[in-house]
Amino acid sequence: MRTLGGTIDGAIRPERPLASGTNGERRPAPLTFLVLLWLSLVVAFGVLVTLIVTIIIDGQGQFTGRLLSEYPASSPDRAGARPAILGSAWVIATTAIMTIPLGIAAAVHLEEFADKRNWFNRMIELNVQNLAAVPSIVYGLLALAFLSLLGVRDKNIVIGGALALSLLILPVIIIATREALRAVPTEIREGSLALGATQWQTTWRQTLPSAVPGIATGSILALSRALGEAAPLLVLGALVFVSFDPSGILSGYTTLPIQIFNWTGRPQEGFHQLAAATSVLLLGVLVLMNGLAIYIRNRFQKRW
Amino acid sequence: MTTAVSAGGPATTPDRPTPHTEPASRFAGRPRYGELVIRLLLRIAAAVTVVTTVGILIALAIPSIGFFAEVPVLEFLFGTRWAPRFADASFGVVPLVTATAWTTLLALLVAVPLGLGAAIFLAEYASPRLRKVLKPILEILAGIPTVVYGFFALQFMQTTVFRDWANLPTGAFSVLAAGLVMGVMIVPTIASISEDSMSAVPQAMRQGSAALGANRMQTTLRVVFPAALSGIVAAMVLGVSRAVGETMIVAIAAGNQARLVANPLEAGQTMTGFIANAALGDSRVGSIEYDTLFAVGLLLFLITLLINFISIRFVRRFREAY
Repeated sequence: MRTLGGTIDGAIRPERPLASGTNGERRPAPLTFLVLLWLSLVVAFGVLVTLIVTIIIDGQGQFTGRLLSEYPASSPDRAGARPAILGSAWVIATTAIMTIPLGIAAAVHLEEFADKRNWFNRMIELNVQNLAAVPSIVYGLLALAFLSLLGVRDKNIVIGGALALSLLILPVIIIATREALRAVPTEIREGSLALGATQWQTTWRQTLPSAVPGIATGSILALSRALGEAAPLLVLGALVFVSFDPSGILSGYTTLPIQIFNWTGRPQEGFHQLAAATSVLLLGVLVLMNGLAIYIRNRFQKRW
Repeated sequence: MTTAVSAGGPATTPDRPTPHTEPASRFAGRPRYGELVIRLLLRIAAAVTVVTTVGILIALAIPSIGFFAEVPVLEFLFGTRWAPRFADASFGVVPLVTATAWTTLLALLVAVPLGLGAAIFLAEYASPRLRKVLKPILEILAGIPTVVYGFFALQFMQTTVFRDWANLPTGAFSVLAAGLVMGVMIVPTIASISEDSMSAVPQAMRQGSAALGANRMQTTLRVVFPAALSGIVAAMVLGVSRAVGETMIVAIAAGNQARLVANPLEAGQTMTGFIANAALGDSRVGSIEYDTLFAVGLLLFLITLLINFISIRFVRRFREAY
């Protein structure tokens, strides 16, 4: 379609066009249409810019070392987000350890070993697609019910939050890993099999190493989604006053998004500024993670 | 940036036959038990996803059975007063559903035109270089945490724009602010899937249209758009699913009084907003408050499940088309 925009250049160009092909682009209707298309992009980007600018302006008074080093307090002048930062780190690290190996294993099964005609494997495929679109808060309810079943009384523990987030991003990791595996050419597998390697040796020594950049990119993006997620943790009771550093997977915790939610709901203006400053901090971390993912993709991705 | 395309999901790979019977084992001599164990572990990992779905169903169903033993299903579905924590408790879910319907409708009013406009521009008008710049910027919108959108909806949209600048007759919260900001959040979902389906329309159809004298707008609206319609519908349906399930924006900006919402400037509590808010209070396991969470969660899950399957069906259709 992009080639059709230009006019017909060359010697045999008539004075007046016989048909109105490309010249029809200048009529009012197509021009209005193009303006509307541009407008939709401008509005979307305008909101993005407004959002970023407003939270930077709102939070500018609170960009101090105190935000990183202090604990939440009853006065906005003394409060900081230290436990939330550490809590996010604990929860995301635990989530990564739980979900990345599982997601890769499931994707390897579906992509390399599963018989696509088998009803069970087809059901798993459909199921993964559906799970990717289940509301995040439902995963919170699942973890809540599971912890209740185990008889855990205080559900605000790192491992509980990590469980909910792991199940939430599992389909995302599976889908990304499958795409990475599919991008590895069949010839690599056939060459390995022809040399006498078994199917697992082929997968482990040829296919998976070639797919690592794609898997890493997908996993980082999935973890960045988990980092920004608040709803399932809210259901598990992460909205608490935490004035200590989380110390293990059974420790109580709060996370950055939960801390932002907490401060947004307070009446004092100072807490809103803290919420904005913490939002900027969270966005900064997410931008770094996304940047890392894009760097890995561009730097290490093989092109066949 | 895979977030927005996740539900499009991988279909089957027709080009590569998967060797599922052991191809080299005829020459391998002895059976490799280690590999059989590994295969079993991989299969178990894949089965975890099924266990998750079954777990969700059981986790939601069991407390819901307890709930519906006390509250008749019809009273729950059609009752118009939601006051689960009052002395004269009432469990009519209609107020929560109307608030969800409002925020979803408002979000779609923003997300469908903007998302489709962006998709058409990217698929039909933008040069490859421009597309390479615009797409990642658009995807940033999908990567912003919803709690930050919530802060933006409450502090900027509701407080600054609606109340201070426009002087609208609205209180501290409104479904309007929550719905509009949620729409912006959904734009990349709709744009990304719609663009994929429009890009999948064969170039020959555009060339045929151009050869008959159509301009780009006519080609887009009368040839590409109808051909990509099932993918576009799937994108919208998925947008609905995201809007219905979105929690943090509505929990922050829509308010938390459950009542029938007649006007978007009013505050209202959505299904997700109720779950988020009610979970804050510590409910004893087995109490009616605890069961109520899961009954609303079950309704939410069933609604989104239905929507997701409609979307997956539409995606299948457009993938089969060419």
